[in-house]
Amino acid sequence: MRNMLIIGATSAIAEATARRFAATGARFYLVGRHAERLAAIARDLEIRSGQPVASESLDLDQLDQHPGLLERADQALGGIDLALIAHGTLPDQNGCQQSVQKTLAAIHTNALSVISLTTLLANRFEQRGRGTLIAISSVAGDRGRQSNYVYGAAKGMISLLLQGLRNRLSSKGIQVITIKPGFVDTPMTAAFEKKGLLWAQPDQIAKGIVAAVERGRDEVYLPWFWRWIMLVIRHIPERLFKRLQL
Amino acid sequence: MPCRDAQIPTLPAEPQFCLPFGNGRSYGDVCLNNGGALLLARGLDRFIAFDPATGILRAEAGVLLSEILALIVPQGWFLSVTPGTQMITLGGAIANDVHGKNHHWTGSFGCHVRAFELLRSTGERLLCTLAQNADWFRATVDGLGLTGLITWVEIQLQRIANPWIVVENRRFASLDEFLALNAEYEARYPYPVSWIDCAARGQALGRGLHLAGMHAPPGLMKPPPQERRALTVPFAPPISLVNNLSVCWFNRLYYHLPRPARGLTSYQPFFYPLDNLLEWNRLYGRRGFFQYQCVIPPAAAREALREILARIAASGQGSMLAVLKRFGDKTSGGLLSFPRPGLTLALDFPNLGQKTLDLLGSLDEVTRQAGGAVYPAKDARMSGDSFRQYFPQWTEFRRYIDSRFSSSFWRRVTG
Repeated sequence: MRNMLIIGATSAIAEATARRFAATGARFYLVGRHAERLAAIARDLEIRSGQPVASESLDLDQLDQHPGLLERADQALGGIDLALIAHGTLPDQNGCQQSVQKTLAAIHTNALSVISLTTLLANRFEQRGRGTLIAISSVAGDRGRQSNYVYGAAKGMISLLLQGLRNRLSSKGIQVITIKPGFVDTPMTAAFEKKGLLWAQPDQIAKGIVAAVERGRDEVYLPWFWRWIMLVIRHIPERLFKRLQL
Repeated sequence: MPCRDAQIPTLPAEPQFCLPFGNGRSYGDVCLNNGGALLLARGLDRFIAFDPATGILRAEAGVLLSEILALIVPQGWFLSVTPGTQMITLGGAIANDVHGKNHHWTGSFGCHVRAFELLRSTGERLLCTLAQNADWFRATVDGLGLTGLITWVEIQLQRIANPWIVVENRRFASLDEFLALNAEYEARYPYPVSWIDCAARGQALGRGLHLAGMHAPPGLMKPPPQERRALTVPFAPPISLVNNLSVCWFNRLYYHLPRPARGLTSYQPFFYPLDNLLEWNRLYGRRGFFQYQCVIPPAAAREALREILARIAASGQGSMLAVLKRFGDKTSGGLLSFPRPGLTLALDFPNLGQKTLDLLGSLDEVTRQAGGAVYPAKDARMSGDSFRQYFPQWTEFRRYIDSRFSSSFWRRVTG
């Protein structure tokens, strides 16, 4: 049985992942923006896991709330074994290009708030000498592209930070897992035409996340083929890459 | 109760008609809305309440039966009624008032629905039970999704001791033998069902296999069933793999294959043999297939079924899976409910175009004359005349249709 903190619990990927862990009897502390949706998800997970589920709604942009949040979660769960950080937004790239404010807001939500939480969680785990930290980054963080480089920059920052944390904490028995999903059919991507082989369902990603935890993986592309797609994309020379419409 | 609005699909702009869509497992066009919009309801997939003491479960209408079983079977509960696939939503189970092998004991799915919420296009929410808004309850059970969107459902489950099913197999050589055998087993077994060899004619007409199952008693010490890995039919071949030759040989082989008289099996292969072969419909090739399920009232059943089997055998268009079972007297009260007392026969035919439509039309003649009915959830071709004769209460039902809702099926049979 694991005690899980899920941040961004109303996201489709987080909910699908929680359901898979619920089947193994995990206990949850859920954090999300929308109180009503959170309550419905908490009730659902209680039934699936047979365990009481605690939750709180919070605007995660308020970084000063983070230490208190982790304290409450720790208390409620009696120690966090596993933290999944899944919150995020998909900013409108064109809007961001025209507005410094929008760009910084997107970076704040998608990167800075994640950095704040991972830093605090890493220190807690380090003190206790155990814990698993999972954060959802993105294939978009592997290379800057004109179609979504603001989102990509935020996700790239998370990926690098997690890499550093993993390097710092691996000798202390703490697992840090970076999840890099490709295109996923969720409310966040509602504006896209979702056809073709590249689109995955949230539950496919959830399955990959559970497998990554069970197998002690470090960095996981989901579904698996994105590892090879991104390998190619990362290795295209910049001289050529800058001319591509990506 | 927590607000569940976030996952409720939004209505399309006027004047487009819409239709709730669950998991799309109906065989014909009751779940389609050509030229209109579909309200995708699979997002409504959360459990709301489950009491392991009473077996009362409440969940959003897009939850699949498979998800319910995964939750309840380990806790000693089972669906009171289950159709032959678990890949359907709760909302779809109500909208088609689905039935199972235990109909003669327990009636159809609608008989075990305690309550549901119906959301009308006006925004009005009706809590429907047998006591409250009972007329809406009766219209919505087997209402083919036309009365509004079902948002959540509360059902009564049945107790089981373990996930195992005791199965008894018997061969029968004719329709009369089936009737005798079935009567004997119906009294003791909740799940009797028969497979009929559709390729057989003359003396062998109506031969088949009788299968009877019951939930195993407590005290069985078998290890929990392994999760089976599903196979997928990768693509639809240009021609149907189900054809005269394969049907004939399959039926012969299936009939003669030696099998143990008594055995123990997990509930999955017993109730859902095809759920482990994903995309099995592709076996029928790109032109697909037609399902035909009729029910014939008891008095006329024997003669009508003989006639139906003879017409099928004479046409040379065999059915791979012909299933025969007796419906009991218990009905859900749904205005358009298909299950009614009598014998029900389910068949599937590769689509050979007009030839197949002609055969099904000729089966309709027999069904109509015998005062029977054809199952809308499995139909893609019955005529409006047939439908109105099979479901005389359609005129009463019509009053409950939501003004913004319609379906391809409904326009076909009433339009």
